[in-house]
Amino acid sequence: MGWAIALHGGAGDIPRSLSPDRHLPREAALRHCLQLGVSALQSHAHPLDVVELVVRELENHPQFNAGKGSVLTTDGTVEMEACIMDGKTMRCGAVSGLTTVVNAVSVARLVMDKTPHIYLGFQGAEAFAREHGLETVDPSHFITPGNIERLKQAKEANRVQIDYTQPIKQDEKSEVLAANGGSGDSQIGTVGCVAVDRDGNLATATSTGGLVNKMVGRIGDTPVIGAGTYANSYCAVSATGRGEAVIRATVARDVAALMEYKGLSLQEAAAYVVGERVPQGTAGLVAVSASGEVTMPFNTTGMFRACATEDGYTEIGIWPTEQE
Amino acid sequence: MGGWAIAVHGGAGVDPNLPLQRQEEAKRLLTRCLNLGISALRSNLPAIDVVELVVRELESDPLFNSGRGSALTEKGTVEMEASIMDGTKRRCGAVSGVTTVKNPVSLARLVMDKSPHSYLAFSGAEDFARQQGVQMVENDYFITEENVGMLKLAKEANSIMFDYRIPLPSTCSAGAAAAAAHNPIRMNGLPISVYAPETVGCTVVDRQGRCAAATSTGGLMNKKIGRSGDSPLIGSGTYAGKLCGVSCTGEGEAIIRATLARDVAAVMEYKGLGLQAAVDFVIKERLDEGKAGLIAVSNKGEVACGFNANGMFRGCATEDGFMEVGIW
Repeated sequence: MGWAIALHGGAGDIPRSLSPDRHLPREAALRHCLQLGVSALQSHAHPLDVVELVVRELENHPQFNAGKGSVLTTDGTVEMEACIMDGKTMRCGAVSGLTTVVNAVSVARLVMDKTPHIYLGFQGAEAFAREHGLETVDPSHFITPGNIERLKQAKEANRVQIDYTQPIKQDEKSEVLAANGGSGDSQIGTVGCVAVDRDGNLATATSTGGLVNKMVGRIGDTPVIGAGTYANSYCAVSATGRGEAVIRATVARDVAALMEYKGLSLQEAAAYVVGERVPQGTAGLVAVSASGEVTMPFNTTGMFRACATEDGYTEIGIWPTEQE
Repeated sequence: MGGWAIAVHGGAGVDPNLPLQRQEEAKRLLTRCLNLGISALRSNLPAIDVVELVVRELESDPLFNSGRGSALTEKGTVEMEASIMDGTKRRCGAVSGVTTVKNPVSLARLVMDKSPHSYLAFSGAEDFARQQGVQMVENDYFITEENVGMLKLAKEANSIMFDYRIPLPSTCSAGAAAAAAHNPIRMNGLPISVYAPETVGCTVVDRQGRCAAATSTGGLMNKKIGRSGDSPLIGSGTYAGKLCGVSCTGEGEAIIRATLARDVAAVMEYKGLGLQAAVDFVIKERLDEGKAGLIAVSNKGEVACGFNANGMFRGCATEDGFMEVGIW
């Protein structure tokens, strides 16, 4: 038994043909965030602090779909949501509809720590963040040229997408890719982090801008406890993918429920949920168990992910590894 | 075994001193809603339509805390939320922060049926409602005099309270304090005499064995603007799958932590428990210090309810003629 940490930058149809300048910076970011989290765990930081720290870092990175770099609603605006949960106490916090707060995950943390509530949304959440002195900026801060382009593509295709080029007819696809200089890519839904310390304390946090071209006011799985985010004394889970599918399958809760009610191992439970409970191509997750195990299954083409355990194991990846 | 079954609730956590007149009023409403659902089931309406129909009726009546008669936010306004789930394919819809839509449960249904999403909130939900042509009203439609009085009490006590339904002899805080001293039962931090249940819900299995569930609420009295509870959260306040349908009520935060509705189904699916055993298990094991209740039906035509709070307004019926309305 030792500490373990896993984080993700979103699952989706990440084409293998993705150009290096599109995936190397993200891999580097994953490596950097992983190192941050590992150092924190090595310094005996509590997993709640570790996951918040790591997710803040991912939110600040403009190439992931959270915080700066969030995908845009159909109105061209940003609406961010996040969630955090402590496995031991089952305390949790969630927020939706943030437009000016730099780090949504920290608002979720405050909701958990400073209110008798779990979930605040929209104007109420913004007001709360301000009352507590959290950093806010002009909404334009979060908008990147890549996402403006993504929204344009989506509107042209008249589709809501998990911020990736949908599996479409081959020639259509290459047309789209060509038209966008190969940017029909993979900055996809959600970032998240799960961690466990040597004492078996578990925590999870997830943050996102949601779906490209989503309806204003649309809430995904991220802030829905049990769907995109969940932690109890068995494990901590952060999911990513098509929000609507993750909600229906109560993905994060089910991983823990399978361990508890059916006695499955972390890996078996996570593989089952991703393999059997959600449609192919819609989800992925990262999870750690109380005994320091880690797993990162996904049923999409790829998932930006990284993990490390105290015994020295490290993995950073995008596509399935050879054995998978 | 088999056949239809239906359960409705008007909230968990009831003052043992609730005046008889209010108890009778509540039972009459529950009976009326139950009968509405029963007629619909006898006419072979699918489960998903029945739960929507019944919850609409509960929303329209000002007695319970949903739709008209909703608890008020700290600003004296109404913000409603609801969710609905169809067990056959686990499709679902939810809304939060609804302020002008007459029947939030129907808006949730439209989110499920007519939008690419599962959950819409605040202005986005209202815009969608407008596009869909649903019945919209002014926010004051939902506000009752009684609730205005209760909000005042809650502010005087400077705490969040459940929707208070019991007329006090006086409306000053001394009255509330005296009533509080009288009774040691508490819910959500408040004495039970100044707490009254929130949320309404319905769950149904039809003759074809299809389960569905829906929940609707105005939330906590004096809540912060933007606060959401368990009612719109699939897996917490509402859940329906192949095996069962569940609707929960009580301390929202406790229900969320417990993912109460999903757990009933998960325990049936993954542990192989029957409906009542599953309900008993989650109520006993999942609620830590929280107080809540739930109603559930199984695809075999069974109905069950459980609560660890002091009472739950509820009614249930099965095709073989069983019918019961109760509070304690």
